[in-house]
Amino acid sequence: MKEWHFGDFGGRYVPETLMPALEELAEEYARAQADPTFIKELDYYLHQYVGRPTPLYQARRLAEKLGGARIYLKREDLCHTGSHKLNNTMGQVLLARRMGKPRVIAETGAGQHGVATATVAALFGLECDVYMGAEDMRRQALNVYRMRLLGARVIGVESGSRTLKEATSEAMRDWAATVEHTHYIIGSVVGPHPYPTMVRDFQAVIGREVERDMLQQEGRLPDYLVACVGGGSNAMGLFHQFVDKGPRLIGVEAGGLGLSSDKHSASINAGSPGILHGAHSFIIQDDQGQVLPTHSISAGLDYPGVGPEHAWLKATGRAEYITATDAEALEAFHLLAEYEGIIPALESSHAMAGAVRLAPDLERDMLVVVNISGRGDKDIDEIAEVEGVDL
Amino acid sequence: MSRIAQRFKELKERNEAALIPFITTGYPDLQQSLRIVLALAEAGADIIELGIPYSDPVADGPVIQKASQQARAAGMDLKAFFSLVAEVRRKTGVPLVAMTYYNPVFVCGQKRFADNCRQSGIDGVILSDLPPEEGEEWLKIAAGAGLDTILLAAPTSTEERLRKAIDSTSGFIYCVSRLGVTGADHDLSSSLRPRLERMRAMTDKPLCVGFGLSMPEHIRQVAALADGAVIGSALVRLIADNAAAPDLLDKVRGFTALLKQATIR
Repeated sequence: MKEWHFGDFGGRYVPETLMPALEELAEEYARAQADPTFIKELDYYLHQYVGRPTPLYQARRLAEKLGGARIYLKREDLCHTGSHKLNNTMGQVLLARRMGKPRVIAETGAGQHGVATATVAALFGLECDVYMGAEDMRRQALNVYRMRLLGARVIGVESGSRTLKEATSEAMRDWAATVEHTHYIIGSVVGPHPYPTMVRDFQAVIGREVERDMLQQEGRLPDYLVACVGGGSNAMGLFHQFVDKGPRLIGVEAGGLGLSSDKHSASINAGSPGILHGAHSFIIQDDQGQVLPTHSISAGLDYPGVGPEHAWLKATGRAEYITATDAEALEAFHLLAEYEGIIPALESSHAMAGAVRLAPDLERDMLVVVNISGRGDKDIDEIAEVEGVDL
Repeated sequence: MSRIAQRFKELKERNEAALIPFITTGYPDLQQSLRIVLALAEAGADIIELGIPYSDPVADGPVIQKASQQARAAGMDLKAFFSLVAEVRRKTGVPLVAMTYYNPVFVCGQKRFADNCRQSGIDGVILSDLPPEEGEEWLKIAAGAGLDTILLAAPTSTEERLRKAIDSTSGFIYCVSRLGVTGADHDLSSSLRPRLERMRAMTDKPLCVGFGLSMPEHIRQVAALADGAVIGSALVRLIADNAAAPDLLDKVRGFTALLKQATIR
């Protein structure tokens, strides 16, 4: 079972009903990876539909303002649908087609993964149901409407904290009932094997492009890679290409109102080892193994778990994980808008906040890459509300 | 011979199937759930499954989700669970099976959980999200503590997986009647009979059917095909509907007795 795990982390902790589907998926994914037709098809859609490669843009004005290192932005916000999520849903929808499954389901927090799933379902004419916490539907109303416009059904989840955790549980329950004709497109590097590996691989195009473009622009690899970590798919996508190379890998978790407040989503910094949604990783839980409610201003990071490979990178010391509070993320959001003309997603604003803290202390020739995993249009209403602006 | 094995032996001699009710412990509150367990035993339950409420019950439908949430809000935790079990054990010899998810066991420590089970009087354990591949360590620890570990067989299980479950399970094998999560249904799945026949050909271990069973007719059908029937959501719903009623325990006893009748072949 070695290939199921990242050290002690990962695995496949699901009800028996789902085990055969995971076996099937792992086998089909292995076949697809070895199939040049699949690789070519995915490449085609990544270029011609998703809009890859995305730019690696040097943020000169921002770097000047902060002082210190050179800052490059990986512009995943320029992908079709507005975030990196489409890299993964495109790969998985092609797999669903290979497996002959006419229906896909997804969980979504901020709605970006839901939109990316609804999009590929529309593209290939598949039925699509998206589970979303009722609280997230409220704060990400624009994305709910986008999914519906794309022909998906959005199913509100009212249990628990009514956010991403409950949406994921509900999607797993749906899958247990429909597994024979439905593929579950998990949106992050979480869940039972093979999802953490497979989603990482589909997102790894981010890091491959960064390496190529950085060599072209600077003639060397970057020194720091910074990405936000909820489940952690944009971060794994950025890190994967560099895990065996030199750059320091920095993940930024959602610090919410601060780690001492109990209102955060920092699973690695403030959680403990446990099992959630099929994998062994770090989770936010009490001393009885009951999972606790989380908080983040960013719906996409508001989750009590994290991908098992991040847990492994943390345990081995290969990657470092810091936090940014709601307030720091908001400040970074405004900074990027005002100094570079880029409105980032609240999730990506956490990565930016990490860079804002890091860059001023670095030498001027240091190269920092920040993953702008998504654009912020979806967050405008929420930010206006938080800041007391009447639109 | 474990208490569960002994029970199946007795039932076989009497030509009955096992009636295995499930309840969420701590629901509607700790005291009532203790009385409910004793009422189940009095009314003819052959084995009782005691659910330990968990925050993220992905294998459970709305009825058990809601009961779990309320039980936790009312203060149910592992300490309260083991005192409840010890209390039940002082009053009845009915085999008791703890049913929960893996994370509370992992966080408690597998050895400590198994020891607590043994000491309080639990006979078997079902962990809904621990497949045999991930459960090798637990299976060893449980066996060492003299506990049965009941594994699940699903409608989707391949021949190879059925074999694995059958080989590793002890006490009985829990045959999930249909796709999906726990919940009361109107009809039993038509694929159940051929699946049970296939499994019967593979093993002599007791086969018990759960998920979707809600009425005496279901129990009667299952009793003809298998060694036991689990009834969960329908019972928890009865408790939910009568949580504040003065005759809650009578209703539980009446329903249980009716279901037990249906297990007599």
